This record gives sequence, C-alpha cells and structure tokens, in this order.
Amino acid sequence: MSASISHASSSATPGTPLMQIDALSVDFDTASGPIHALRHISLSVMPGRILGLVGESGCGKSSLAYSLIGLLDTNARICGGAIRFGEQDLAGLSESHWQALRGRRIAMIFQDPMTSLNPVRTIGQQLIDIQYRDRTSRVQKRSRALEFLEQVRIPDPASRLDSYPHELSGGMRQRVCIAMALLTRPELLIADEPTTALDATLEVQVIHLLRELQQKHGCSVVFVSHHLGTVAELCDDVAVMYAGEVVETGSVETVFRTPAHPYTQALLACDPASIREATRVLPTIPGELPDLRQVPQGCIFQARCPQVFDRCRQRSPDIYPVQGEQVARCFRVASEEPSP
Amino acid sequence: MSLLDVEHLRIDYRRYGVLRALFKREASRFSAVADVSFSLDAGRTLGIVGESGSGKSSVARSLIGLQAARGSIRYDGREIVRAGRREWKRLRRDIAMMWQDPIGSLSPRLSVASLITEPLRIQGRPGGRDEADRLLKMVGLPRALGARYAHQLSGGQARRVGVARALALDPKLLICDEPTAGLDMSVQGEILNLLNDIQQRTQVAIVIITHNLNLVRHITDEVAVMYLGRFVEQGATQAIFEHPRHPYTEALLSANPSPDPDARHGRIELSGEMPSPVRRPSGCEFHGRCPYARDDCAVIVPDWTHEPERAHACRYPLSS
Repeated sequence: MSASISHASSSATPGTPLMQIDALSVDFDTASGPIHALRHISLSVMPGRILGLVGESGCGKSSLAYSLIGLLDTNARICGGAIRFGEQDLAGLSESHWQALRGRRIAMIFQDPMTSLNPVRTIGQQLIDIQYRDRTSRVQKRSRALEFLEQVRIPDPASRLDSYPHELSGGMRQRVCIAMALLTRPELLIADEPTTALDATLEVQVIHLLRELQQKHGCSVVFVSHHLGTVAELCDDVAVMYAGEVVETGSVETVFRTPAHPYTQALLACDPASIREATRVLPTIPGELPDLRQVPQGCIFQARCPQVFDRCRQRSPDIYPVQGEQVARCFRVASEEPSP
Repeated sequence: MSLLDVEHLRIDYRRYGVLRALFKREASRFSAVADVSFSLDAGRTLGIVGESGSGKSSVARSLIGLQAARGSIRYDGREIVRAGRREWKRLRRDIAMMWQDPIGSLSPRLSVASLITEPLRIQGRPGGRDEADRLLKMVGLPRALGARYAHQLSGGQARRVGVARALALDPKLLICDEPTAGLDMSVQGEILNLLNDIQQRTQVAIVIITHNLNLVRHITDEVAVMYLGRFVEQGATQAIFEHPRHPYTEALLSANPSPDPDARHGRIELSGEMPSPVRRPSGCEFHGRCPYARDDCAVIVPDWTHEPERAHACRYPLSS
C-alpha cells in the first residue's frame, strides 16, 4: 500500500479509509413493487488507491457508484446503511449538502463521452465553467484549463480550447472529461465504465493516463467495469458484485490469482482472455439472475453455483476472511480451515 | 474454388457532390474499404478484426448485398458483386446475416414466433407454428417465448432470436456483425457455443466481424486484421496468434488484456488515433502509430509477403 500521498486537502491518513460504506441497501420503486437492487454493501475506499467494482449487467455496480455521488434516479431510495466520508454520512445527505460536495471533493467520469459534454459550449468554456468556485481571474482559469488539457495529452491543446465537443473524437472527448473531473481536485473520482465506448487501442491509452494522473494527484478512484482485464490492469483493489451484493473483495493480485467465491471463479473462467489453449467450446454460467423483487432465501448465487450445498439454501452467508484482506461471502470459505 | 471468393473489394463513400468537390479541390469520394481479398470454405470460420472505422462492417454489408462495392465477390463460383434485387432475394436463401444490435434489429411489432419464421414466409415456404417451435428449439429457447415481443427479451434471448432468424433458411454462409457485443461474458459463451454446434452440424461457413481478438482466437480458423480499410495481416488464426508479424496485430493482441495479474504490464500503447480514410497517410498507412516505424515506412507502400499459412503487409515484420 502506498503511503506517498501528495494530496494536500485530503483529510484521510493511510490506513483509515477515505470512504467507508457500511451495510448500504438501495431499493428502486417500480410499478410492480420495489427492486432490492443493493443489499448490505460494505466496502472501504482507501486513500490513494483504485478500487474496481466489477460484475455483469444487473449486478448493481453502476447503482452503487451513483449512490456514492448522490446521483441515483428519483425512484431509488437508500433504505439502510451508511456512506461515511470524512465526518459526514452521505446516505442521508440533503441536496444542498450534495451540491457542496459534488464537483469539489467527489467528481465523476461517465461512460459515454459523447453525451457528457455540453454540445453548444467550447471545450475551453466548459473547463473554465467547472472552476466556478475558484476566486481567480478568467485568464488564470483559462491557463489552468490549458494546463489540464496538456496533462491529459490532448495534441495541440491551445487550439483545442476553442473546439466544440463534436470536433473531437471519442477518445479525445473522454480525455476532456478526465481533465474536467481532475480540475476540481477531487479526493474521490468515480469512473463509470469510462473506456467501454472506446476502441481497444484507445482504451489502453486512457487506462494508462488514468493511472498516471491518479498517482500524480493522489486521489482515490472507484472504477466501475465489466471487463476483468481492464480491472486487472488498472486497479489495486477489487470488489466483485453479483445481483446486488458484493460477493468478494480484496487486492486485485489475490482475488484474480486465487478467487475464493464460486461466482468470481466462474466469471474469471468465462473470460476468453484467461483461457490459454484455443478452444471451440467456451465456458458459461448456466442459469439466470434471480428476481430482485423477491430476493430468494439463502445465498444469492445458490441457483447457479456448482458448489452449492444445503446450508446455502437455508441462510445467507456472512462475509468470511480468506487471506490477507481478501474476504468472500461464501460458506465454502468459512468451512475451510485457514491454510498455514 | 471456395464457397466465397472475394478479390480486390473496394467500397467508396461519397463525400461531396461533384461540383463541391471541384470547388474544394478534393476528391468527391473516399475508399472506406480499399483492396480487400479473401476466401472461405464451407464449414470454416473467418474472423475480420479491426477497430471502429476500419471498414469491417462495410465489408460485411457488401457480402449480403446491402452495400455497393467494386471488385469481385464470387459465391459458389458465381459473381454477385453486381447482383440485382431479384437475384439477391434468391441469394439470401443461402447467405444470411446476424445483426450487431440484437433488439434494434428485431421489429417491435412482431412476436418472436413470427420474427423467426419471417424469412421462410418471404421465400414462400411454410412458416407456421411447427416451424417456429423447431427454430426455437434449435437455438435453445422455450416454446412459450414465441408469444413474446422484442422488448420483453433479455440481451441473450434477443441474440438467440437473431441466430434463429439467420438460420431459418439453412444458409450456407452466415455473416455475423459483432455477434456478442453488449453481452455479458457468461452469456457470450452460450451464443458462440450455439453457433459452433450449428456449424458442426450444417457445415455453414461463418464470417465474424468483431473487435474482440480474444474471441477470435477461440472460435475462428482464419483471421484477417483490418486497418483503415485494408487487411494488414491474414491467415491461419493459430499461426497469427502465436507469432503476429504485423505490429498492428501485435498491438491489438496486447490491447485485450487478460485478467491474469502477472500479465499486467505487457500492453503496448499505440500513439495517436486511426487517421481518416479521407486523407490516407503515405507509405505504410500505419507508420504514424507504429512503435517500430523506420524512415522509409513513411514513403514506401509495403507489399504482401506470403508465408506458409499466412500473409502480412509489413516491410519490417516482427520476428516469428
């Protein structure tokens, strides 16, 4: 764990989390009753580290990310738990308090760089707008905007300040979004699948850039992705989600090398990139996601788990330690003796 | 003679009208696909890989007659590059397409049963309940799903409906444009395994258009890597994956990272972005982004070098 954090405004010290999520639960109200989209999520975001939230569609990784910056849909309700960030609990924060926090201590990069910039304002104007809290002159703001465009390695940044978003490629626009997010000097940056809309060779560039800037600015990052390879490349820690629960967390090294939860194991096995020998028959995870209107009794993964046994159907497993900081929500882990 | 022989395929798009082009002193057209050749035998799978704007989808559309092209496309020995409407209607009994957007490519007004039997009815064959049940069974969907509509399907189910539609007429050639885009990893395998089963049974030839090289390694026999409307390397999948000879192939291979934490630092970062096909770079068109480019790469257009099982267009190929 790196202790060299150059971030001046960060109140957290290494060892204590920057953000502590405790038993967070979120429901979405629908016409056919509430969907229990997130249930008892507990996670720590450590200072100066990148946490990957990984899982398949419908696992709740985006909902979790949005709840950390107070941008959940209006039909969503935080129905339990806490999000501790410094002195505050963000779970019950009023909108005016959120506005003081968002774009200052917590910033976000969205999935689609095509729609997250204002099409009728130039890049420069938008990079100046976002500094509205700073009591500096417009000239100073413009020169900071230029400096950040250089940091995200936009070619010919001075002339790009006067470009409109549609004149830039997708990769360039995502770089602008990263520059905007970092201009606010956030302590926590939330990135929701920021490279999914990009081509593979551009994704590499953006991942390397994010890593470099995160180290330079010393902020923490929550990186949402469905792509295991990207998470392995970028993140320090990982939380694997399934059907609204975090089933396993730990450092990327340990979780990807020795996954403990059967879902993590299956997910890793399904990634064609992890299959060394060429094969015509690819592994799958048979079965479907449970209906989160009526969350089934017992372990959430029981219906698709190859290692299921009686206890899994009767009650829901707790979180059990595996090794080091790695923990998993699985009875198989609990029943095994710790290896010497 | 192969089932499909494509030679010197060229696809131009209009950029300006003739007058405006004269006024701007620029060409009125540009080539999205420039001189692509390949062939494919029955029962085999070819992967065409490239990034957005490489022209891979244009190639796919020309193979099913939805995109005017020049050069030669011979299907079963017959030249079809200039086939007319009536001829294409007959050809589409043999050549089918699986579309990229699984839900968008299904009519919202038709039930699943009528969607999957629509190709049969268009070709004047019986397309009743029995046929619908047979096709649903073939793609592993429950019978009851026949009564549903596109918006009621999950992504994986919609893909299976797409497979059923494409295979309704027992085609001999199937074109799949990003057959698993937007699918979760655990479902992606199901669709590809299904295509593989069907190919084993019917010997259908498959062209898969994708940007995902990790998939291509497992499911294709041959692969063609496309950059800026041209193939830069093509041949037997195994040979190319073991030893890429073109630097772009190498970069693409490393750009699909594996979740193995030990493999973490092996990614090659290319500089810049793909240039526009409107203003093609001189010499080797990849030279501006190539980590190994030498001075003369900017000047001399590389020829094809043919090796056993494969060919590449690079003057300074990576050692094998």
